[in-house]
Amino acid sequence: MTITIINSPVTVERAQSVARQDLHTEPWLVRGIIIGVAVMFLTVFVVLPLILVFSEALSKGVGFYLSALADSEALSAIWLTLITAVISVSLNLVFGVAAAWAVAKFEFRGKTLLVTLIDLPFSVSPVISGLVFVLLFGAQGFFGPWLMAHGINILFAVPAIVLATTFVTFPFVARELIPLMQEQGSQEEEAAISLGASGWRTFVVVTLPNIKWGLLYGVLLCNARAMGEFGAVSVVSGHIRGETNTMPLLVEILYNEYQLVASFAIASLLALLALLTLIAKTILEGQIEEGQLPRDD
Amino acid sequence: MSAAPKRSSLPGFGLSMGLTLTWLSLLILIPLAGLFVKTADLSLSQFIDTVTSNRTLHALRISFGLAFAAALVNLVAGLIIVWALVRYRFPGRRLFDAIVDIPFALPTAVAGIALTTLFAQNGWLGAPLASLGIKVAFTPLGIFLAMVFIGIPFVVRTVQPVLIDLDVEIEEAAACLGASRWQTITRVIIPSLTPAILTGFALAFARAVGEYGSVIFIAGNLPNVSEIAPLLIVIRLSEFRYADATAIAVVMLVFSFLIIFVLNRLQRWAQTRALAVS
Repeated sequence: MTITIINSPVTVERAQSVARQDLHTEPWLVRGIIIGVAVMFLTVFVVLPLILVFSEALSKGVGFYLSALADSEALSAIWLTLITAVISVSLNLVFGVAAAWAVAKFEFRGKTLLVTLIDLPFSVSPVISGLVFVLLFGAQGFFGPWLMAHGINILFAVPAIVLATTFVTFPFVARELIPLMQEQGSQEEEAAISLGASGWRTFVVVTLPNIKWGLLYGVLLCNARAMGEFGAVSVVSGHIRGETNTMPLLVEILYNEYQLVASFAIASLLALLALLTLIAKTILEGQIEEGQLPRDD
Repeated sequence: MSAAPKRSSLPGFGLSMGLTLTWLSLLILIPLAGLFVKTADLSLSQFIDTVTSNRTLHALRISFGLAFAAALVNLVAGLIIVWALVRYRFPGRRLFDAIVDIPFALPTAVAGIALTTLFAQNGWLGAPLASLGIKVAFTPLGIFLAMVFIGIPFVVRTVQPVLIDLDVEIEEAAACLGASRWQTITRVIIPSLTPAILTGFALAFARAVGEYGSVIFIAGNLPNVSEIAPLLIVIRLSEFRYADATAIAVVMLVFSFLIIFVLNRLQRWAQTRALAVS
């Protein structure tokens, strides 16, 4: 009986797979420790802070939470954040597509330098990203006196907030699209052009459907950063209550005034935005992979 | 037909390139250049005095030193996390995989107040730590932990695709040739991962050096004790000492670029070495 079992092909296969596994994995104790450390680390540093945001926000009940969000300062901060994000994301969307088209579809000297420069805002401190606009438009700045003489407000007003946010989110769309479009090549576009389609029509009918998921992915990340940006916006905003406070800035002000529940209530909206972004990102990653699969053939 | 370069048959190069360069110059290059022009307001000796004053030096040391330490922790923890996520199956694995991105997606101010409340002396983690005599919030240790938090995704996300693509057969070959598991890991796997590890380390380090939002709440912000360089820039700006703020910013930028340059070189060296190994 036992002999027949050992000789059965299934068992042999299983024995082989066990032997095979032993060659490239660790003893169960080591495995347990590694999984344990990874899970502990992520729980302490990521899960707990996230839970804390919502538990603090709701610590005085749902009614208090909702009234904190319906406060006029909160509403104006939400409104300003939305406007800023819409403008910055649209600007960087146009730029990102143009940059990706130039980099992915053409060969030219200095391409590596251009890509490095596009990534530059990622390695600049947010505070410095805000500082450069203070130096341009502040009272002691290069254009400050001229702007003041003409009564134009840029610094400590919405334009500077939009500029700083656009600076910080500059690379997001371009860096998603460049590798995607490089991988896809230009045969389809060339075919469309040689069949007589105009450049614009080729872009809309051929390129856009190919890059739509990657584009959406970039826009999503860009938007999350635009709505959540703190350092750069904090430097240029002037913190005028009800006027130039975005949601992250209001979180800081309320927190420093010990209005903790109100502060965490606004923070919970931003945390929710981050969570939704991540969920959408996970779904989109699936879509992008699917979209790319036929191309591998 | 002439043998024109294949890629130039598409239209729109002038338009897309023009748009890209204009936008890049107006929004990024000219403002950044203004930073260096503004520093010229200071004479060389004034510049040196500003950046070598005790308070500035201390802030720079805090930012760069703690960022380096935090990036090292991210390197080790990131490798453990990525190994668990790629090589093992456990309940909640996909969830934890998604969670890794949260420090990247969560607005820094939100992370700042959450970490501060968590590690404050009456906080969920701060209270037990305080009973052990460890004070986290409003000390340099707090800054360090906040920097660890924001650096988590970088090493994991740069190493993960490389580890997934790594051929298991190479490991089996090493094992068949008599290598112990430990030797296989240190001699075969780690060298192939090194370029990705260095990239992740550099990204985490650069991010932590410049980090502001998630750090200032937990930092305590005492001059010469727990004051980070970005905060000192903000303070100088609020005192209208623009040239001083700019001098600190220039030093930070130059140092960050230097470090990233060196790490890029290291990464290239590791890449050629990894190719030689495999």
